[in-house]
Amino acid sequence: MTLLEFASGPGLQWALWIFVFGITWRVVGAVFLLARKDLSKPRHRNTVRAGLGAVLSRSTPAHAFEKKIRFQHFTGYAWHFALFISVLFFAPHILFFKSVLGFSWPHLPNTIIMVTAIIATAVLIALLVRRATHPVQRFISNADDYISIFVVLVPLVTGILAFAHFGARYETLLAIHLLSVEAMMIWFPFGKLMHTIMTMPARFQAGTAFGRRGVKA
Amino acid sequence: MRNDQFLGEYLRMQGVSRRGFLKFCSATASLMALPPSAVGQVAEALATARRPSVIWLSFQECTGCTESLTRSHAPTVESLIFDAISLDYHHTLQAASGYGAEEARMAAMEENAGKYLLVVDGSIPLGNPGFSTIAGISNLDMLKETAENAFAIIAVGTCAAFGGLPRANPNPTGAVSVSDIITDKPIINVSGCPPIPVVITGVLAHFLTFGTIPELDALGRPAAFFGQNIHDRCYRRPFYERGQFAETFDDEGARKGWCLYKLGCKGPTTYNACATLKWNGGTSFPIQSGHGCLGCSEPNFWDKGGFYDPLSAGMWGSRDALLGAAAAGAALGVGSALAARSRKKKAQAAEEV
Repeated sequence: MTLLEFASGPGLQWALWIFVFGITWRVVGAVFLLARKDLSKPRHRNTVRAGLGAVLSRSTPAHAFEKKIRFQHFTGYAWHFALFISVLFFAPHILFFKSVLGFSWPHLPNTIIMVTAIIATAVLIALLVRRATHPVQRFISNADDYISIFVVLVPLVTGILAFAHFGARYETLLAIHLLSVEAMMIWFPFGKLMHTIMTMPARFQAGTAFGRRGVKA
Repeated sequence: MRNDQFLGEYLRMQGVSRRGFLKFCSATASLMALPPSAVGQVAEALATARRPSVIWLSFQECTGCTESLTRSHAPTVESLIFDAISLDYHHTLQAASGYGAEEARMAAMEENAGKYLLVVDGSIPLGNPGFSTIAGISNLDMLKETAENAFAIIAVGTCAAFGGLPRANPNPTGAVSVSDIITDKPIINVSGCPPIPVVITGVLAHFLTFGTIPELDALGRPAAFFGQNIHDRCYRRPFYERGQFAETFDDEGARKGWCLYKLGCKGPTTYNACATLKWNGGTSFPIQSGHGCLGCSEPNFWDKGGFYDPLSAGMWGSRDALLGAAAAGAALGVGSALAARSRKKKAQAAEEV
């Protein structure tokens, strides 16, 4: 069995199983923790609106901190935007998603994907350097932060190299790219990458809880 | 051609002009990745080469490799070069049969010990010697016997090079490649199902020219022919870059000749010279004819997922297995939440006490 055969066969199978198992475990566990009746009398009935309000308000910088977190804020958006385009609109990726999900969507030309992938990589490296050098960020970072960045950065770099056929034979680069994606999928449910799924529901939940108590979020 | 006759002399007798011969030498030098200055040396070496003895053994195969070589197109300089070897044994092509044929093989082995080339097409079954025999001799025994005094072995076709179709899961005959059995001789893998005729003749031309085997890649294939993948040399590559794909074999994209990646083309992971040398005298190759590359020159190509599944689809298993993983995750999630609540209740109760 070649490295590519392993990466696109058993490696991918195990990574997907762990990915699906881990995510379901985390999400179902969190939902079941919530499923308790709140016996207090609500101050506001429309808690959904409050929840959505919290999702929006926490997606923009708080006015008081606007200047201080401007770099973090805009690079954060640039990184996520570029990553989503690179992952979700590259034709070979869509074909993989189609094989798993059973449906597909339009793709973008490779040139655009290459540009967004390079932007995503550059921004992530900049954020990593900042995290490692900024005193406050460094203080609040732990191994989970660095591992999470690493397992996302490696698939980006190997993806670009595989696309450009640079550095090694294509199938070797593709196998390394797949293995790095699999490492990311295995780490995903157990580290901070879980924010991909948890962030928005958590903001919504916090907003509804605040709304029920009459607190402006 | 007599065994003591020079190749150049023979070609002149066959009506091949000096220009035609030099053209072939240029092409051969180019294929072997030699500089233009080497063309003269190639021409001189080929013109004064004596034909080597070649023994061709066909094991578990479909005769496609022989068909490819002999029926691909009208006789050309390449095929004359092929004529110019002394093909002393080939049970599909030779007139002799039975005991006489085997005698010819034994005689060639004895007369040219240490100098003859052994060409093998087809895989070797290890499951049972009776699965494939020639003149009552098992493929395994015949290969070992004939390889013993060979100068080098050319494994023609993916079956001989990597086990090929007979080795496909579940490999009922226990098929293996030549290199799985012979480990003490130089082996040149000319893979493909079938291989490109010019590649076979190119390897022979290299042997005639230099008396050595060509530079090989990690899979034992001549690097000059298998050094680049189909995708990198494909004329449809610009469509891939622009994201223009044929979605079906008869849609607008297919008619416009767009990239066949979505239809399962394995060009990006397949190393062969199809996109440059092409087939039938350089007329076309599968992708040019509208069908994706099957990856036939790569090991285990038959077991790498569906021919029409895109390369990036992956062999990730079944949706049922994923649903099972999700169910197990959900069960653990519920269990974790209940355990957490229980712990919390106990802690509260302890506080109240």
